[in-house]
Amino acid sequence: MIVADRKPIEEIIEYIKDANKVLIVGCNECVTVCEAGGKKEVGVLASALRMYFMNQGKDIKIDEVTLERQCDHEYLEEIRNIIDQYQAVVSLACGVGVQFMSEKYFQTPVFPGVNTCFMGVTEERGVWSERCQGCGQCILATTGGICPVSRCAKRLFNGPCGGSSKGMCEIGGEVPCAWQIIIDRLTALGRLDDYEKLAPIKDWSKERAGGPRKVVREDVRQ
Amino acid sequence: MNPMRTTRTDSKLEKILAAGHLAVTSECGPPRGSDAELIKKKADLIKNHVDAINITDNQTSVTRLCSLASCIHLKLMGLEPVLQMVVRDRNRIALQSDILGAASFDIRNMLCLSGDHQKFGDCPQGQNVFDLDSMQLLQTVRQMRDQGKFLGGDEIKRPPRIFAGAAANPFADPFDIRVRRLAKKVAAGAEFIQTQCIYNLDRFEEWMKQVRDRGLHEKVYILAGLTPFKSAGMAKYMKNKVPGMDVPDEVVKRMAGVPKDKQAEEGLKICIESIQRLKEVEGVRGFHIMAIEWEEKVPEIVEKGGLYPRPDPAAL
Amino acid sequence: MRLRYPDTIRIVRVPCTGKVDIVHILRSFEKGADGVYVVGCMEGDCRYNRGNLRARKRVAEARRILDLVGIGGERVQMFNLSSAEGPRFAQIALEMTEKIRALGPNPIKEKKNKMAA
Ligand code: SF4
Ligand code: SF4
Repeated sequence: MIVADRKPIEEIIEYIKDANKVLIVGCNECVTVCEAGGKKEVGVLASALRMYFMNQGKDIKIDEVTLERQCDHEYLEEIRNIIDQYQAVVSLACGVGVQFMSEKYFQTPVFPGVNTCFMGVTEERGVWSERCQGCGQCILATTGGICPVSRCAKRLFNGPCGGSSKGMCEIGGEVPCAWQIIIDRLTALGRLDDYEKLAPIKDWSKERAGGPRKVVREDVRQ
Repeated sequence: MNPMRTTRTDSKLEKILAAGHLAVTSECGPPRGSDAELIKKKADLIKNHVDAINITDNQTSVTRLCSLASCIHLKLMGLEPVLQMVVRDRNRIALQSDILGAASFDIRNMLCLSGDHQKFGDCPQGQNVFDLDSMQLLQTVRQMRDQGKFLGGDEIKRPPRIFAGAAANPFADPFDIRVRRLAKKVAAGAEFIQTQCIYNLDRFEEWMKQVRDRGLHEKVYILAGLTPFKSAGMAKYMKNKVPGMDVPDEVVKRMAGVPKDKQAEEGLKICIESIQRLKEVEGVRGFHIMAIEWEEKVPEIVEKGGLYPRPDPAAL
Repeated sequence: MRLRYPDTIRIVRVPCTGKVDIVHILRSFEKGADGVYVVGCMEGDCRYNRGNLRARKRVAEARRILDLVGIGGERVQMFNLSSAEGPRFAQIALEMTEKIRALGPNPIKEKKNKMAA
């Protein structure tokens, strides 16, 4: 899933302080799972904002809605009839949702309510960690299923570096060394000889470096 | 003919190694400012006692005068620099371009490194590049030199004639792959290796044995890395705080066992004894002495280690 | 045993404090409550294992938010006691009531009335 983290309320207050009527829009997908932008978080944020503005003596109406997804036309259309009442929208979807909404409702200011962080997993409730950076050409087949692009602090294709220590990355902060895991995995799979194969130089044009990317599938296109 | 005995570049370092002499290299860190005199002064202190001088590339990710410019200063003094290059800060365009820049001044040695994470330096908020990794940089240097081709495939006019080196840490984790990793660097094109500082000589010798078992010592010149301790505090710091460093308890005890004003001397003694012991290890082809901000002691270490005088490469 | 506690307190029963969400606490203040306290079982005695521990963390988060929006986090508190501690329940009620009295009314209540007027 896409993992996001809640933005500080102060920051959101700054964005919307001049509006009279604000819509907070949650998303029922990834950000619900990572507890940053689902219905619950919409409720907490909206309540906090209402109290803040009330306390300031400002009459700002804050409404709540949570859509199934914000990255699909279909669901975003559900607010078409009400959107014009609002001077500002705070979207608690990932950056994708915020943008799709901005593109669709071109006259309405849409502000991000979360910091979108990465594609990752729920290690345990309250702990999410990164697994993929969408490099556009997955090499997991050669690295025992562990991604050095997203999990090695230097995205080394022929790691580890000299800083790997007792299974931990040199950057500290309890980050495991991806290359230690890769080597452990290759060992477990009886494939350690593969470690000695030099990984070819990466084609980064399929990654962010190549500019905004697009997937077009003619077979399913309408 | 033993392939190690032929030289492929005009590097003095390569010449000395190929002639079968134990080589001696050392390193200097460029200043945090634009005064080239500082680097020249450091080089002056050691120039008669070493065959080549590494110039570090923004080590520990702290911004400094650039490695390439420092190497040029050394070159203009008639010395033999080893250009260290990390892949942290430059993409493949910049790396290849700097290799050509170095070659245009006939800088003939390069050490290919990953570089510490920028988190440790003065720009922890900076972007890192890591377009290539250190092994791919080795491949790049070798391709540019041996095939005369850029990574993109175009021909290079006057290809760089650079003796390509890499670092190795015999002590880092995971230990099981330390030799495999060296094999990989050799396969990527490393011609010489400078190791991480060695304090655990037993473990280093064990590593060298595994290196010999795979015949790698015949394929690459291994220079044993040494850093003298200035104090017992430094020994403790290296033991506890520097990742991938193996400082045995006896060594720390030995340093702590002498009075403060004698510790520096003890540190030098340990370093010299290490040279004497490691000289005898088959496959050790020389020494890389990293006297951090203590360059003035390099001559003494080299002399007492029995590595002086240095051979004259012109006579080889 | 019948124990008296101040009649300004409104009790909301939940099967477990683990059911109490941050938004419930916040909404109480939004609607004009002057204080909220959550009374759970002793730590380690939760029937659902971690319900009261969760509640404690949520209370902490609610406090943080209330501080942020200017209501004051000290108006929320978590207490733990066992079911045999009837007198202590009454005592907590008194303590909390006094504490909230000292803090004065929820600041948004007044402003809300003013705005409505
Ligand atoms: S290799 Fe690329 S696509 Fe595969 S997991 Fe890593 S970042 Fe994602
Ligand atoms: S310690 Fe491991 S994860 Fe960290 S940068 Fe080095 S190889 Fe990558």
